[in-house]
Amino acid sequence: MAKFSLITVAVAAVVMAFAHWVHVDYLYFASYTILQFIVLATAWNILGGYCGYVNFGSAAFFAMGAYASVFMHKFYPLPVPLLIVLGGAVSGIAGLGMGYLTLRLRGSFFAIATLALAVVLQTLVVNWDYVGGSRGAYIIRPEELEFAGLKINYIEYLFGLMLLLAVIALVTARTIERSQLGFGFATIRDDELAAEASGVPTLKVKLIATTLSGAFMGMAGAPFPYYIGYLQPSSAFGLEYAVNSIAMPMIGGTTSWIGPLVGAVLLGSAQQYATVTISSAVNLLIVGLMLVGFVIIAPNGLVGLVQERIRAWRRP
Amino acid sequence: MTPLLHVDNISKRFYGFVALDGVDLMVRPGERLGLIGPNGSGKSTLVNCICGTLQNESGSVRFDGHALDGLAAHQRTHRGVARTFQLPRPFHSMNLVDNLRVPLLYTVHARMGPLRSTGDLDSRCLELLEMVGLAAKAKQMPRDLTQVEMRKLELARAVAAEPKLLIADESMAGLSNSEIDDILVLLVRLNERGITIILIEHIMSAVMRFSQRLAVLVSGKKVADGKPEDVVRDPEVVRAYLGQ
Repeated sequence: MAKFSLITVAVAAVVMAFAHWVHVDYLYFASYTILQFIVLATAWNILGGYCGYVNFGSAAFFAMGAYASVFMHKFYPLPVPLLIVLGGAVSGIAGLGMGYLTLRLRGSFFAIATLALAVVLQTLVVNWDYVGGSRGAYIIRPEELEFAGLKINYIEYLFGLMLLLAVIALVTARTIERSQLGFGFATIRDDELAAEASGVPTLKVKLIATTLSGAFMGMAGAPFPYYIGYLQPSSAFGLEYAVNSIAMPMIGGTTSWIGPLVGAVLLGSAQQYATVTISSAVNLLIVGLMLVGFVIIAPNGLVGLVQERIRAWRRP
Repeated sequence: MTPLLHVDNISKRFYGFVALDGVDLMVRPGERLGLIGPNGSGKSTLVNCICGTLQNESGSVRFDGHALDGLAAHQRTHRGVARTFQLPRPFHSMNLVDNLRVPLLYTVHARMGPLRSTGDLDSRCLELLEMVGLAAKAKQMPRDLTQVEMRKLELARAVAAEPKLLIADESMAGLSNSEIDDILVLLVRLNERGITIILIEHIMSAVMRFSQRLAVLVSGKKVADGKPEDVVRDPEVVRAYLGQ
């Protein structure tokens, strides 16, 4: 684990240094979105991939993190790292609550319940004037941040934070995969009855998964208002968050930490490219087409496809 | 001697259907009990009530001096009740070693604290696979197994939890005679190691060879309980199986 953390941090440092060297604001903007999707996809995968519970309400957890920041911005402005912790706490608690309410449901029933949660929360936010209601809320982002005498470009700062968050999410996911908890998650995906019979406290393990998954989604959402500058319910609760959080792990592969990473980088880059060359409206079309394609060609995602090839190659 | 398992007057109904109707059952430590009954007589429901998959509506289940009522299935596994399923339910995304690792990580560790290192865990898994004759397939997936191997895996996983009581729910259904012998030998060996066993089975020859005592369920009621030879001659048992 220590080795993996070091490697991930090293890669992140190289990415950061490269971005600083290129120093184009647009690059920061585009990469921030991709990093945000790495966190979201990894978070979704903790519940959806490891435990097999499909969450359609990712946007709600993301938005809760974002709106926690908006609330604090009006109530008592805090530095963004603290907001990330706060957003994680809010969405983590919401995840725990959702787990308690819905985990007796399985399969499509669970998915529908999470979708319902997103709709309910969006309705609440739309009617909550303090955080802007349906008009949305403006957050004027400072140009620069003074830190220890250094002047840091604010978008670079946000980019750095999201990069760090992505590292934490990936290290957490991989650590879980190899731990007792990871085995517990996998038994829930495979057979809950057999899991209980083997001594796995399934309800507790599932609640850990919903809490962790929700918390990371909230953390991904917390800096979002500062990044976007203007937050409205329809963008925070946007369909693209729910759909991308599912599509990215599916395309990459749901059984390991690398799947969501690969999926997010691939799909996120394609979307960014399409946004500048064609139109931002084409984003969801790309996701849809890729998802259909992958379900047909590689149901276990890219990682599954590669693993199959390796196995076939080793066994001539 | 105090019984290891004491099922006291338990009842379970599914809406209008009474699956268990005031069943009493005692199992002594180290005993081999056969539990038989026609289809739909409540055998599996009884197992589910003992193991916590279902909760009985009245009566109580005591195990090793403690009441199990209200405990979830995994808590009962931690206390030392293990079961196999009628239709094998392996963790299909894990290889055989990892299948056995789950009860070791979650039950044995929970009971004794995380004593084992990864190396110890691996060797314990292999030991268990060796016991059921599946060591050669340690790295294979459950889908690569034959029916009898699947039953053996199911048994190995139950034994991995180091139970005091093992409930084998139709471990032999659909197997050939030599395969049944395999499983019987295995069960007797486990019993000799001190595990109390309840065998639920339809195959009478196997049940008669295995059981020291036989209990019979018919329509949710226990109609006979005693020495196997006596029980099979009991007029009520004969009537239940052969009709009047």
